[in-house]
Amino acid sequence: MSNNKPPRAPKIPDSPLVPYPSGAFVPERDVKSIPVLETHHLGIDFGGLTAVDDFSLTVGKTEIAGLIGPNGAGKTTVFNLLTNVYQPTRGSIMINGFSSAGKTTAQVNKLGIARTFQNIRLFSNMSVLDNVRVGMHNTTHENLLASITHGFGYRKAERTSKEQAMELLDFFSLTELADAQAGSLPYGAQRRLEIVRALATSPRILLLDEPAAGMNPSETHELMENIRRIRDTFHIAIMLIEHDMNLVMGICEGICVLNYGKIIAKGTPDDIKSNPTVIEAYLGKKGAKGQ
Amino acid sequence: MTHFVQTLISGLSLGSIYALIALGYTMVYGIAKMLNFAHGDVIMVGAYAAIVAGSMLGMPPIVAILISVVVCTILGMLIERLAYKPLRQATPLAVLITAIGVSYLLQNVALLIFGSGQKAFPTLFEIPTITLGEVVIDGITLITLVVTAIIMVGLTLFINKTKMGKAMRAVSEDKEAAGLMGISTNRTITLTFAIGSALAAVASIFYGATYIYVKPTTGAMPGIKAFTAAVFGGIGSIPGAMLGGILLGVIEQFSKAYISTLWADAIVFAVLVIVLVVKPTGLLGKQVNEKV
Amino acid sequence: MKKKTKKTSNFSKNLITVIMVALLYAVVAVALYTGKASRQLSNMLIPISAYIVMAVSLNLVVGLLGELSLGHAGFMSVGLFGGCLLSIALADVLPVAVRLPLAMLAGGLVAAVFGLVVGLPALRLKGDYLAIVTLACGEIIKNVITNLKFTGGALGLDTSPVYSNAKTLLPFAIVLVFLTMIVMMNLKNSKYGRAIMAIRDNRIAAESTGINVTYFKLAVFIIAAFFAGAAGTLYGHFFANVKAASFDYNMSIEILVIVVLGGMGSVRGSIIAAIILQALPEVLREFADYRMLIYSVLLIVIMLLNSSPKFAEMKGNWSIGSVVKLAKNKKKSKEAAENEQ
Repeated sequence: MSNNKPPRAPKIPDSPLVPYPSGAFVPERDVKSIPVLETHHLGIDFGGLTAVDDFSLTVGKTEIAGLIGPNGAGKTTVFNLLTNVYQPTRGSIMINGFSSAGKTTAQVNKLGIARTFQNIRLFSNMSVLDNVRVGMHNTTHENLLASITHGFGYRKAERTSKEQAMELLDFFSLTELADAQAGSLPYGAQRRLEIVRALATSPRILLLDEPAAGMNPSETHELMENIRRIRDTFHIAIMLIEHDMNLVMGICEGICVLNYGKIIAKGTPDDIKSNPTVIEAYLGKKGAKGQ
Repeated sequence: MTHFVQTLISGLSLGSIYALIALGYTMVYGIAKMLNFAHGDVIMVGAYAAIVAGSMLGMPPIVAILISVVVCTILGMLIERLAYKPLRQATPLAVLITAIGVSYLLQNVALLIFGSGQKAFPTLFEIPTITLGEVVIDGITLITLVVTAIIMVGLTLFINKTKMGKAMRAVSEDKEAAGLMGISTNRTITLTFAIGSALAAVASIFYGATYIYVKPTTGAMPGIKAFTAAVFGGIGSIPGAMLGGILLGVIEQFSKAYISTLWADAIVFAVLVIVLVVKPTGLLGKQVNEKV
Repeated sequence: MKKKTKKTSNFSKNLITVIMVALLYAVVAVALYTGKASRQLSNMLIPISAYIVMAVSLNLVVGLLGELSLGHAGFMSVGLFGGCLLSIALADVLPVAVRLPLAMLAGGLVAAVFGLVVGLPALRLKGDYLAIVTLACGEIIKNVITNLKFTGGALGLDTSPVYSNAKTLLPFAIVLVFLTMIVMMNLKNSKYGRAIMAIRDNRIAAESTGINVTYFKLAVFIIAAFFAGAAGTLYGHFFANVKAASFDYNMSIEILVIVVLGGMGSVRGSIIAAIILQALPEVLREFADYRMLIYSVLLIVIMLLNSSPKFAEMKGNWSIGSVVKLAKNKKKSKEAAENEQ
């Protein structure tokens, strides 16, 4: 049924999340560039249960995209599929034009996709700085010999990684906590650190899983600013799972709505807000009628 | 042919002992989510309790058995309260190390009290051997098989039909949710340890009756092998523990009879490694996915 | 506003450890070579050095990677037999000074291969299962070596052709100990070490930041096994007869106790604990019977303390250093209270 072979040559996306040119407020929109993320009819079954089905999506190079849906819709499962934590049962994923089929999560990260987790997963016994430096693992040029002998380029590599890590921490105002143990940080700082660590892996697209969970309105506002700053400074795409509609409607340029593992709507925030299927999914039939 | 049947029967008997011990491991692992390394040594304690009661104090067999069961049950619950309960929130590594500590503690206390020499298990039952054609079945072997079968059926009924059994199943699925539903997790876990230890006591009676000689280190090896059996059958699964135990006993006896006594241990452990590599959930175990 | 960064203090801490060990060995060497060392001391030197190496290498697996390996004595055993067999074969060909390092290297490499073999099944497993597999592998190794003819069988390997006394072996022991120490300390403060610790803290997060968990898990097992094997070879040269049966689950536990007592991940702690736990039984002969009992109680108590909130301030990790700190703090507060009067 589904076409499992991804297209070989990069082509101009004709059905992106947000139609080009969208009139959106994205400063640079290169219509001729390949999307950073493309999935074709992605699906996964767990035993008899189909958790995600026919998930086709395109995310532009510097787009801020949102993945929303009621609880249990399969949003985190999609993230797990995108990072190859689960191997898809069907469909394909292309990151920057490269297929991620059969790769491990670590290899997929090298392709350019990084993520944060719904329940924060920090290296709690390590310092904040080291957490970020672990993120820079693949860009630090230090082999086993250098690590063991502290020679052969060790000093330069360590100094560089430390400087770059501090820069990243500075971006998120975490430099004061650089030597603190990651597990002892306040909740908001932990969430910020997770984002910094993901950024340290030099991704082309950042997946944020409920980044605003547990935040009050002012923290959420700060998060929105930070997300925009990330996109504007690093020129990468960001896709987030969120339940906070203010956040989603406020910064996402394209939104994809999931229900029972299937996409029920795709479009700009305005499209989604007024889409009856979406309203029904969240509020039930009566809610839709009340609209 | 006789040799084959003979080996099979001794394998089933050894396997039954392993199954009884494995049941304790699997129940504790399924419900408290920890590997009770000290479980094997509880058997040793049970055997010594029977020896003290039966041989040294001269009590009648039934009383000796009862004392053994009671001592083991109390010991199991005590260990849980003192050593494992404080570590409920700790890393699995910490719990495992503590369990190893408890195991060693039991062995060394026994060593100090009873010395390193072996002691003879008192004769608790006088059962005649049965001869079927050319096959000679030891009376004790028969009793082991029969009693173990009864216990397994009883345990399965308990887990599936009683309220306490349902509570145990609930705690093994989701501790927090079970607590929120009004189930006392503490009491359930303590009961699990109690039942497991009581089963270990029964196992120690049969072990002592079959193999007669008991040393402080007697419990360690059967304990590890019974854990192998529990994993083999699928840790957390009661039928799995029974199946794994019996299979492992049979494999061990056949290895001893047809290959060599020297290599029997290596073979048993090799079975463990292979099973864990090929199918970590064991024969009857279910795949538990880690939530990402 | 602490200007001192963590790395500088790490370096100075390590330097202190190195100097401390160097001094200890200097004193011991002087005593040994001038003939002033007691029989007890010269008998302890090589085994203690071997145990130090075993503990520090096990700490790599347990403290840094966070996995419990219960078969570490098996690696020592494999290295011992591999290295000593080579040494015996070359006994008449090469002088000790060349033969011994060669044998230790060979022993280390043989053990490293077994580290790979044991590490492979361990890859897919974690926690309890991994511990049991390592235990099983240790027992399999013991069983197989005892049954093989060329390793001497149940009567053990006759190492008398290469038997050497403490005076000959001490320089090599010192080199091995320093090598193990430095490798471990350097690893902790390096990209590799951070990757390993990340796997310990959160395997899934480590994978998603691009760390190849398989590679690092294997690397840790191989490196730890290498040093255990080299230590085994050294150890074997100190005796006239070695049996595989002595390198069993009990020895693995002994080494684990040293690691836990010294503090997970602490090189200095492992060294101090190894010295104490190996020297004490010799010094306090009366307590020999109670040794294992005390070990088991120590294990339990330390684990319970680690998880109690009082010790949580000390980063939740027990180590000899934290006891010193605790004593210092108590002294300080006592002085402060006295001053106020």
